[in-house]
Amino acid sequence: MTGAAIVFKTLEEQGVDTIFGYPGGAVLPIYDELKNHKKIKHFLVRHEQGAGHAAEGYARSSGKPGIVLVTSGPGATNVVTALTDAYMDSIPIICITGQVPTHLIGTDAFQECDTTGITRPCTKHNWLIKDVKDLSKIMHKAFEVATSGRPGPVLVDIPKDIQFSKTKYISYKNKKQLSIKKNSLFTQKDIETTVEYFRKSSKPVIYSGGGVVNSGPEASKLLRDLVRITGFPITSTLQGLGCYPGEDNYFIGMLGMHGTFEANNAMHDCDLLINIGARFDDRITGKIDEFSPKSKKIHIDVDPSSINKIVKVDLPIVGDVTNVLKSFIRTLKKKYPNFEKSNKEKISKWWRQIDVWRDKRSLNFINSTKIIKPQHAVKRLYELTKQEDVLITTEVGQHQMWVAQYYKFNKPNQLMTSGGLGTMGYGLPAAVGVQVANPGKLVIDIAGEASVLMTMQEMSTAVQHKLPIKIFILNNEYLGMVRQWQELLHEKNYSESHTQALPDFVKLAEAYGCVGIRAKTPDELDQKIKEMIKVDRPVIFDCVVDKEENCFPMILSGKPHNQMLLGKQNEEEILDEGKTLV
Amino acid sequence: MSISKSAYSVAGKSGKIEKHTIVVWVDNEAGVLARVVGLFSGRGYNIDSLVVAEVDKKNNLSRITIVTSGTPRVIEQIKLQLKKLIPVHKVADFPKDKTLFRELALLKVVSSEQKRKKAIKICKKYNSLILDKTNKSFVVEVTALRKEIDKLINFLQPLGLASISRTGVVAMSKGSDVFGENK
Repeated sequence: MTGAAIVFKTLEEQGVDTIFGYPGGAVLPIYDELKNHKKIKHFLVRHEQGAGHAAEGYARSSGKPGIVLVTSGPGATNVVTALTDAYMDSIPIICITGQVPTHLIGTDAFQECDTTGITRPCTKHNWLIKDVKDLSKIMHKAFEVATSGRPGPVLVDIPKDIQFSKTKYISYKNKKQLSIKKNSLFTQKDIETTVEYFRKSSKPVIYSGGGVVNSGPEASKLLRDLVRITGFPITSTLQGLGCYPGEDNYFIGMLGMHGTFEANNAMHDCDLLINIGARFDDRITGKIDEFSPKSKKIHIDVDPSSINKIVKVDLPIVGDVTNVLKSFIRTLKKKYPNFEKSNKEKISKWWRQIDVWRDKRSLNFINSTKIIKPQHAVKRLYELTKQEDVLITTEVGQHQMWVAQYYKFNKPNQLMTSGGLGTMGYGLPAAVGVQVANPGKLVIDIAGEASVLMTMQEMSTAVQHKLPIKIFILNNEYLGMVRQWQELLHEKNYSESHTQALPDFVKLAEAYGCVGIRAKTPDELDQKIKEMIKVDRPVIFDCVVDKEENCFPMILSGKPHNQMLLGKQNEEEILDEGKTLV
Repeated sequence: MSISKSAYSVAGKSGKIEKHTIVVWVDNEAGVLARVVGLFSGRGYNIDSLVVAEVDKKNNLSRITIVTSGTPRVIEQIKLQLKKLIPVHKVADFPKDKTLFRELALLKVVSSEQKRKKAIKICKKYNSLILDKTNKSFVVEVTALRKEIDKLINFLQPLGLASISRTGVVAMSKGSDVFGENK
């Protein structure tokens, strides 16, 4: 069997049926072999970065690893952004790159680059295949590394001569349990200590993150059970949205830099902080020295190196979220069968305090009848799509935060967004991958006009493969988040944040062979959104919004959680304080 | 209160800097040293010295000894991040009081006979061995702690020390306990 055939054989054995890729000289033998494997469908992208993000969207929305196949040199370097993105957000990706023939490695051959060197810091691990005999073993190992523990991207670099040369295929029959199970390092004593913390706390808060999504759908169910049993308030990071229903009363909104007033104040004042699968990112914590100063902290994470990396915790629990939550609930039910009732009273004062914060209505904004406010657009989009089986991707910037604030997610794997790396241009190709994994479902990329132009070419991919993705652009002609920072912190010096020339997005849609829709006033917004949902083809929706709207509330740099900057509708109340903050 | 113009939070208090000797057992394969060193440079950790060599041919294992400095939190991170690397089998932090440390240096002295005689006399006070001798020069091997070698070098400097080659620290735990079984 040739190296190229071995690649497909391992993919088939691992249950792969989808590849995102782009052919080129050093990977042609593998592309030639594709015809012999009808079960595997290849999606041709327009740029290798698009293949990477599509694989991320596919992986994040399906729970399966995403597969990328690209050529050497520029093919490999173009995929680096997507690999780094997947590394930051713990998305399992297996990237297969072609490489120049073994005898030419190191000679600066045509389309040669040091792929394993370049991708070493942005993958969990990578391999350069030097002997075709190692290929099947390493391919299977690549799947194991990508999907176990804290998931992430891996890369296998295969020189062209290895793709041609022949050897025996080694099957992966003795399937070992993935080491995700082995990473459970916690003990029953840890669980019992936690339950005692639960019992003693009068101001608890659960802070959940992307680890709940990565742990699988059962983790979200268990999280909901835990909240119901304990009656604890729950907040979530950007990546964790959807694990707990966004409209539920126990949910106090996203936390962090653009989180709700109630979530951030609860984090600041709580006496028990239960971190479930989150990593104390700097967008969440703000100033470390003043982060949740009065609380005991429990941290559940599958990655031991996440523990005490940023915030010192009182009780680390290294393990998969599903396993840990199961143990919590079992122990809690056994030791305190009436926990639900007895605890409600204990923390009722805390809930009253949270309601006071809630009454601030930090997500309120001043709406307009003349111009579409971006927050209003996201709210309407939510109201008009919530009955559908809908999946959302976003780009990066203000619109991303408005989605997090105003679109209410009810399921895990429903929101695909670039959180860690903050990659503008992620959302459109990610939507391609999400639609591939979820045929028949409504997939919307809520975008900014600047972000979406970075990977706009993938509309052509969507058209070719008949993927009816919807690109909902909140068009304010600005790099909105950059402009907001410049307004607040750089004396309104809008240095290079305005895009003076933009394409006509409706005509652009037509040029790509998809449908273009534009909404300019609040009156026509609902009608146009309905029109977009009805179309069974890719759509670019140009939603012309207020150009200088800011994203509030926000925590400015170096501020603790209880000093948030609120929007204009709260201006009177915070006027003096607000001045010192800005 | 000063206002930061950054989109990032301001730095908090940092801990006291400590020196640690970290020993790592790795698969002896292509790129493994680059992974270890890349981890240090990529995350801004310090390497004061580094020694690497194969120690187990049968199991294809190399032992890397790294002397590093950082706050307790950074040291903890270094160990945890190293453990995450796929070719890393085991990571050990060797405590100062329970560990033997040695460095080796090769020193070449080129000078007059009188100066060389004086130099050899000094060398004899150290754990040293003359490896090569001509009528103009000699090469001495010395095995000792870092600061002792530093001292010897200082003595030899005015006596015609012409070239210095030295290793980083190798470390071995005292007593009968053995680190290094697989993780």
